[in-house]
Amino acid sequence: MSKNVFVMAEQRDGVISKVTLELLGKGRTLADTLGQELVAVVLGSGIADKANELIAYGADRVLVVDDPMLKEYLTEPYAAATTKVIREYEPDIVLYGATSIGRDLAPRISARVKTGLTADCTKLEIDEETKLLAMTRPAFGGNIMATIMCADHRPQMATVRPGVMQALEKDETRTGSVEKVDVDLTGCDSKVKIREVVMFKKKAADITESKMLVSAGRGIGSEENMQMVKDVAAALGADLCGSRAVIDQGWLAKDLQIGQTGKTVRPQLYLACGISGAIQHVAGMEGSELIVAINKNEGAPIFKVADLGIVGDLKVILPKLAKKLEEI
Amino acid sequence: MNIIVCIKQVPDTTEVRLDPKTNTLIRDGVPSIINPDDKAGIEAALQIKEKTGAAVTVVSMGPPQAEKAIREALAMGCDKGVLVSGREFGGADTLATSTTIAQAVKKLDYDLIIAGRQAIDGDTAQVGPQIAEHLGLPQISYAESVEVEENKVVVKRQFEDRYHVLEAEMPVLITTLGESFTPRYMTVGGCFDAYREKEVAVWGYQDLIADLSEEEAAEFTRNIGLKGSPTRVKKSFVKEAKGAGTILKDITADEAVDAIIGKLQEKHLI
Repeated sequence: MSKNVFVMAEQRDGVISKVTLELLGKGRTLADTLGQELVAVVLGSGIADKANELIAYGADRVLVVDDPMLKEYLTEPYAAATTKVIREYEPDIVLYGATSIGRDLAPRISARVKTGLTADCTKLEIDEETKLLAMTRPAFGGNIMATIMCADHRPQMATVRPGVMQALEKDETRTGSVEKVDVDLTGCDSKVKIREVVMFKKKAADITESKMLVSAGRGIGSEENMQMVKDVAAALGADLCGSRAVIDQGWLAKDLQIGQTGKTVRPQLYLACGISGAIQHVAGMEGSELIVAINKNEGAPIFKVADLGIVGDLKVILPKLAKKLEEI
Repeated sequence: MNIIVCIKQVPDTTEVRLDPKTNTLIRDGVPSIINPDDKAGIEAALQIKEKTGAAVTVVSMGPPQAEKAIREALAMGCDKGVLVSGREFGGADTLATSTTIAQAVKKLDYDLIIAGRQAIDGDTAQVGPQIAEHLGLPQISYAESVEVEENKVVVKRQFEDRYHVLEAEMPVLITTLGESFTPRYMTVGGCFDAYREKEVAVWGYQDLIADLSEEEAAEFTRNIGLKGSPTRVKKSFVKEAKGAGTILKDITADEAVDAIIGKLQEKHLI
């Protein structure tokens, strides 16, 4: 019988991704609710020492598949190793990060083991009555939420949107077991070959880690006015981000985009400047602890999620705000 | 060389509005469009066609009116179209959808299959990789550029922090990023050809099982449509708005600044 909650840990160059820790946090709750174990599966090359970190973040057990062919992500070797683990251990639930790796790998697995997969979930819970995993996700461009279940196929699988679940505090005193799983990957790399791996140049701050964010929207009006937003961010010690409109204009880098097609953030402060608050944008920032919005349009939907909304001209307010913050 | 492009007709979700009274989606008057990532796939295929003379076939699964999306692809320059349509296929989740489309693709010749990364109505990014798995093909998702070199494709694949340059021997399936291929416009001549010269075949359930053994047909039938879908939508709902905060209007800029600073101090952020 299918049992236990599995988290497919994601690592790049030996560093465990933040979303993995978030999955462990949520997976812990699910496993406890079901009275099952939380198992982390880590694939890679020379990554056996990562097991303790996964335990410290909540795993009861860690399965390690260590193979030179798993050094850099490629679909087939990763799919073969993951399928072997699923067939051998028969998990009840398998969670993946909804990253480019997770979203490439998980559908492949679902078609191979013939089970359902729910993409980009923002909420996971155990249905009290059926004990099934209730997977909730935005659909229709974030306009509606759908709760999806997979009743008759196992494992129940979901990719989970980064930045939404909460990781547990790291606890080095936690204990757990570590098992090595041997998988024969011979021939898995024959069809697709890596010619080159190019790292992007050092990026701006990872905004999903930021404590405070100042966000620019269409209402900024021009690239020159971006400076006002930057000044406020600098005065606050906050990081900069923006709505899709601003990113499409090329005023900010793509990895600073918030929303349905960008990133989900939950900082302590989200200062929205000239952002109307389309549902696609709100989906990426509504979990912020404090939302302050400045917009000249009183009817802007951003005011529906704002804790403090200022109806006014940001071109006047922002420079004064930066100045006042500098003085404090 | 034969290229298949998989496309989906979707409602333009950026035009969808909520009815504030009933809290339901207003679908009336929302235009249907070719899914943007799929349109990028069409463009990628047409660029390869220009260099190699490849034949490009568009495949779509959907209701009869999805033929319009296929005709648009033909007007852009694709050569022929297949619409997979039938009530047996309805209510399908991604796995059942991919099973159906893969069965249609098996009836066609292909070296390269191109699908858009994800559709704007579902945002799952699952059907492309699932089709690849059903066909036993390698996949390369998140393609930013595609070049054909003899019997290989060379693809630049984008990840969050890096890109890979990958090469794969054909046949292979790739999924394209909307922002990386700006689709061309239909031409007047293209529109004329799309409706007068080019052909859209409509394949139903019987067409898809025609070449299958009884056993294979039964297996296929089990895995399509709503009953062949492992996942079910249990409920859908509109997100509840967060409780309203304080909205200040008709105040001076200085008052606004004081209000913001006061709030930040109250939360110990400064």
